[in-house]
Parts: sequence; structure tokens; C-alpha cells
Amino acid sequence: MKLAFGLAVAIAALILGSAAILAWHARAMAGGRLLAPADFAALRFTLLQAALSAGFSALLAVPVARALFRRRFWGQSALIGLMAAPFALPFVVAVLGLLTIFGRAGPVNMALGALGLPPFSIYGLHGVVMANVFFNLPLATRMLLHGWHAIPPERFRLAQSLSMPPAAQFRHLELPMLRVQLPGIAVTVFLICLTSFAISLTLGGGPKASTLELAIYQALRFEFDLGRAALLATVQFSLCAIVTLGALRLTLPDGFGTGLARQSVLFAPKGWRRGLDVFWIALAALYLLAPLLAALLRGLPGLADLPNGLWPALARSLAVALASALLTTVAALILALAAARPGRRWIELSAMLPLSASGLVLGTGLFLALRPFAQPDDLALPVTMLVNTLLALPFVFRLLLPQARQVQQNFDRLSESLGLTPMIRLRYVTLPLLARPLGYGAGLAAALSMGDLGVITLFAGQGGATLPLLVQNLIGAYRMDQAAAAALILVLASFSLFFLFDRWGARHADT
Amino acid sequence: MLTLEALRLTQDDFSLTADWAVAPGERLALIGPSGAGKTSLLMAIAGFFAPTSGRILWQGRDLSAVLPGARPFTTLFQDQNLFGHLTVAQNLCLGLSPSLKMSDATARLIEGALTRVGLTGYGARKPGQLSGGQQGRAALARALLRARPVLLLDEPFAALGPALRAEMLSLVAEVAAETQAAVILVSHDPKDVVGFAQRVSVVAEGAASLPVETKALLADPPKVLRDYLG
Repeated sequence: MKLAFGLAVAIAALILGSAAILAWHARAMAGGRLLAPADFAALRFTLLQAALSAGFSALLAVPVARALFRRRFWGQSALIGLMAAPFALPFVVAVLGLLTIFGRAGPVNMALGALGLPPFSIYGLHGVVMANVFFNLPLATRMLLHGWHAIPPERFRLAQSLSMPPAAQFRHLELPMLRVQLPGIAVTVFLICLTSFAISLTLGGGPKASTLELAIYQALRFEFDLGRAALLATVQFSLCAIVTLGALRLTLPDGFGTGLARQSVLFAPKGWRRGLDVFWIALAALYLLAPLLAALLRGLPGLADLPNGLWPALARSLAVALASALLTTVAALILALAAARPGRRWIELSAMLPLSASGLVLGTGLFLALRPFAQPDDLALPVTMLVNTLLALPFVFRLLLPQARQVQQNFDRLSESLGLTPMIRLRYVTLPLLARPLGYGAGLAAALSMGDLGVITLFAGQGGATLPLLVQNLIGAYRMDQAAAAALILVLASFSLFFLFDRWGARHADT
Repeated sequence: MLTLEALRLTQDDFSLTADWAVAPGERLALIGPSGAGKTSLLMAIAGFFAPTSGRILWQGRDLSAVLPGARPFTTLFQDQNLFGHLTVAQNLCLGLSPSLKMSDATARLIEGALTRVGLTGYGARKPGQLSGGQQGRAALARALLRARPVLLLDEPFAALGPALRAEMLSLVAEVAAETQAAVILVSHDPKDVVGFAQRVSVVAEGAASLPVETKALLADPPKVLRDYLG
């Protein structure tokens, strides 16, 4: 309990402390300067791309989730399982995939050229939105599918026994669910897109397509205007904090977890509706699989000619990912066990607090706080690990909480009446019963950390790159084949870590 | 001697008083309508529910600062009396030494307790593989090993049929006799009480009444009990 209290206070201190440092620096160094016109443009663009991405993801998820809910086809559970993958997929890999397909020499522009049409450019607002939708459409679809499965099957049976046409079923059964679920899903996606630095770094840029985070990065790395960076980071933090506070009032959907293979009521209408469902499923599958496969296939030939510094970068990334997975899981476990007791809402709040910060914001805060004491290069890896731990914490915490509540409810009194010591209880009761979500959560934290490209861009000097940063640098240097090969290794490492942790949890699960 | 001294429990608009004692080796039943506070009183004695005022004493010593596991009681809850992911033997071992160290001597004790309750050879199974009655027996075997001076039973056999329930209660009586333990049994069924409890306290209308001898009580029930029995 004391441990959980200390942890909750430390998290709040790190997040709110960073925000306070940023605000102080913004006041002191910006010298009363307010936002420049370019900064307002960045703010506008940030909001615009996040709103468009959230809107498209949420709206497209409706027909896709509905089709997945009422159709049965070969490979369905594999497709739904794969939809959990982008969440753990390194941003740079997806960006590379989209570049391969929609880039200047990609198949789309080849086809357009053959038809005599003008070429399509992936850079700019639509590219950023497309990449965001690639990441968030599967997430939104999984969340909505949860909503569909939560409609009691009796209601569908009743509707069918009254021979309700599909439109009436939609209005009376499905629309009420959507009204509850969609706002929460849209806000979740909006929040994720507010902080998608790696996407705007590659596909955005320039005065017209610069996000706040990109502006922070440029102010800190290239202009070395610390006051401006602090000011922008303060704006970014306020934005995320406001949206997070707003989101707390909505029903926040679940969908990070596994287990969607439930048998549902089959009431699928035939005819043109069937064709439409096939279209939506095919579109979603293509949009998910094509960039992924393109990135991976493109990487294969490059394996023969791997870029310099690949193995050290991989080792750095693995070390950061493993340490941050361990820290995140332990912290999330302590907080979830404490929050599982009744009347501890403040612990839950502190565990969710990192959602209001982004890697760039925390990175800028830590950069300003640590600069007087050490060289940024020296701190790159520890700071990246710390920030990754904080950012993954809310997700792993949310994974553990339901099961922790269950264990608390079922076995707390029995354990107390037997006088089990805390260590014995942890070893023989808590850990075996929580092994499955612990393994899954550790895998998720490792994969998120492995693929993260945020705070490292602020700190890394020459030769201190992690693997995602190496891929990003290669893309920036237009060495696409080498970038693709490094990205392939990044994906393999990332998914192997996830798979190993997840398997470990399943093997030790004792129910 | 377990003494409830001017005990008062309150929670929201619920309130219950009790002021009586249980003699060593005595079998006492708490009977009354649901929601009257039978379980709350038992949980207060077990240490899971802090009283608003009054004291719970064991041999004259105040228990209010004593943790549930260190109190001289074994509690059988309505359900979840066994850890589903541990074997029956491991569950029993937790009753002997909470460190789950299984030595040869411990293993012999456990097998002996299992035999005593009619579960010879069931040690390696998990609770999910046992019937409801067998799970009750396993929990009683652990009570036998713990040998605490008072057994607190919160309708642990409510889900069993009448014949099986009577069988389990007679096993409780045997276990209690062997460990010289007093028993406090929560029940909503007067049939459980007859032949098991020597005295009964009626829990209704905000009070757990002074325990009365079972036969006398049922021969001439007070109004609250008549209303409840119908």
C-alpha cells in the first residue's frame, strides 16, 4: 500500500513536474513572447489531422465491425487477431509500408502514370491522416466489435422473431450501442493522433503540414530555441490534458485485450447487403495488410546488405524495451492491486495520468530539467526507457485492473483469514492468477517501447540511435532499401518480444 | 470464552447490536431473515468489519487491533473457501503453515485430515474437480488442521441439498468436538439449527438477541421469529 502510494505520487510528480518546468521555462525564456503565426498554424494542423483521423477511423469502423460481427468466413479470427497488431507495430514500419505503396515509384503512382493521370503525393495532410487511419481503424474496429458483442443475443432473437428488417434492427438495437460507444472511441483515437509524432515527422513537415510535436522537435533540435520548445510543449500538454479530462467523462471502450472469438447470433441478411459486407471486410483487410506486407517484402532483399550500426542499434533498442517492459509491468501490478480495493479512485487516476502527456512533451521537460547536470547524449537511453515506461503504464494498468479486482473479490478475505504474508500471497495467489494479463501486458509494453520513436529523437547524439531512429534516419537519407531491411528486423524483434512475453504468461497461467 | 461487549455495527442505514458471550466448545446459531445482519456480525467477529462501538474479547483480551489471520478463529465463507488454482493438498497446507512448505510430516498430517473427512487420495486434485460437498469437506479438513478455538460458519453449505447439508453439519460437529472448538453458525433454516446448535440468537430488527436454548426457543418462539418462520 505504501509502495503504491509512493508510486502514484512519483508518477504525478514526473508528469506534473515536467509540465511545471515547461511552463516556467516558457515564461522565463520566451520573454513574454506569445505564439507566432507559424505556431498557430501548427496547432490548427494538429487539431485538424487528429479530428479527420478520428472521424474517418470511427466512421469506417462502423460498417467494418458490423460486417465482422454478422459474417462468418475462413481466417476471420486471424484477421481480428491481426487487427490488434498495429497497436504494437513500430510507426516507422507502417510509414515505410505506406511510402512503398503510395510513394513516387509505388504501384499506385505507376498505375496512375499508365493511365496518364497526375501523380499522387503521400506527403502532407492526407498522408498523415492515411497513416493515422491505418493505425487506428483496426483499433476502433476491435473496440466496436466489443460493443456489438455486448448487445444481448436475446434482443437479436426477439427482433428476428418479430421479422424486423435490417434497417429497423439497426435503429433499435445497434444505433443505441453506437451512440454510447462511438464518442469514446473517437476521443481515444483523437488523443492517440494528437501525439503521433513519428507519422508527422516523415509524412508531414513544412509550414503547411507541421504538428505541434514536430514544431517542438524542430525548435529543440535545429533552432535550439528552448523557450519556444517549452512554450509549444506547454500548449501540447494542455491540449492533451483537456482532451483526457473530457474523455474521462465518456464511457471509454475496451479493446486492447484478446478474446473476441465468441459465437454470435447469425442473422446475416443476403443479397446486396452481403456484397457490401464483403466489400468492407476486403477493404479493411487490404488497408491493413498491404502496407505491412509491402514493408516486409521490400526488406527481404536488403538483408544481404544491412546498414552500418544496425546491430548496436538493435542491442540498444532491446535493452530499453526489456527494462521498460519490466518496470511498466511491476509498476502496473502494484498500482492495479492497490486500485482493486474499493475507494481508491485516486490511484486509478494517477495510473491514467500519463495519457495526458506525450513522449515529446515529457522529453522536452526532462531535457530542460537535466540539461544543467548532464549531456543529453549520455542520458538518451535511460530517459527513453523512463518515458516509455510512463507512456505504456496506462495501457498495462487497464489490462490488469479487471483481473486484479476479481482476485481481490474472490480471495482477499480467505487470504486474510488464513494470515498469508504478503510475499506468500503474491507468489501463490496473485501471480499465478494474473500471469496471463501480466504476460500480455509485458509483451505490449516491450513492443511499444521497442518501436517508439519520440523522446529518443530529442536526446540521441551521433551513434546513439535506437533501431526505429536508425530506420527513420535511413528514410530521411532516401536509402529506402536499407531502411526496409532494418525495419524488417525491427518488426521481427518487436513481435518476437511480444510473442515471448505473451506465451510466458499463458504458460504460467494457473486457473 | 468469546465475548461481544456492547457491540454495535453500523453501515449506511443498517445497524445491529449484540451483547453476549459464547462458552468454550459451545455450538451457537445465528438465525433470522436475510439482510438483518447475521453475516455482518460474523464478519465483525472474524475481523473484516470494524464495529462502531463496543468490543470483541477473547479470554478477556480485546481483539480490535488483531488482524483476521491472527485471531483465534477459522472462518468458512459462503463461497470461495478454496483457492481454485492450487491443489487440495496445497490449500490444506496453507492452513498449517502459510508459507506453503510441504515437508513429509506436513504431507502426513494433510493426508490424515483428508481421510478424517472422507477425502482419502484427493490431495492432488484441484477444487474445480470436486463436487460441492467435497469442497466443503476439504475446507473442513483445513479447519481441522488449523485447530483454532472457534469455528465461524457463514452458511458455507447453503448451496447443498438438505440431506447433504445435514451430513456436513454433523461432520462440523465432529470436527469441532475433536478440536474442542466452539462454533458460530449463520443459518436461515431452522432445520439446520435443530440437533446442531445448543443455543440460538435471533438476529432481527437491529439486534442479535441474547442466545436462548434451542428447544425452548422453537417451542415458544418470540414474535420476530414467528414472523420470520411464517
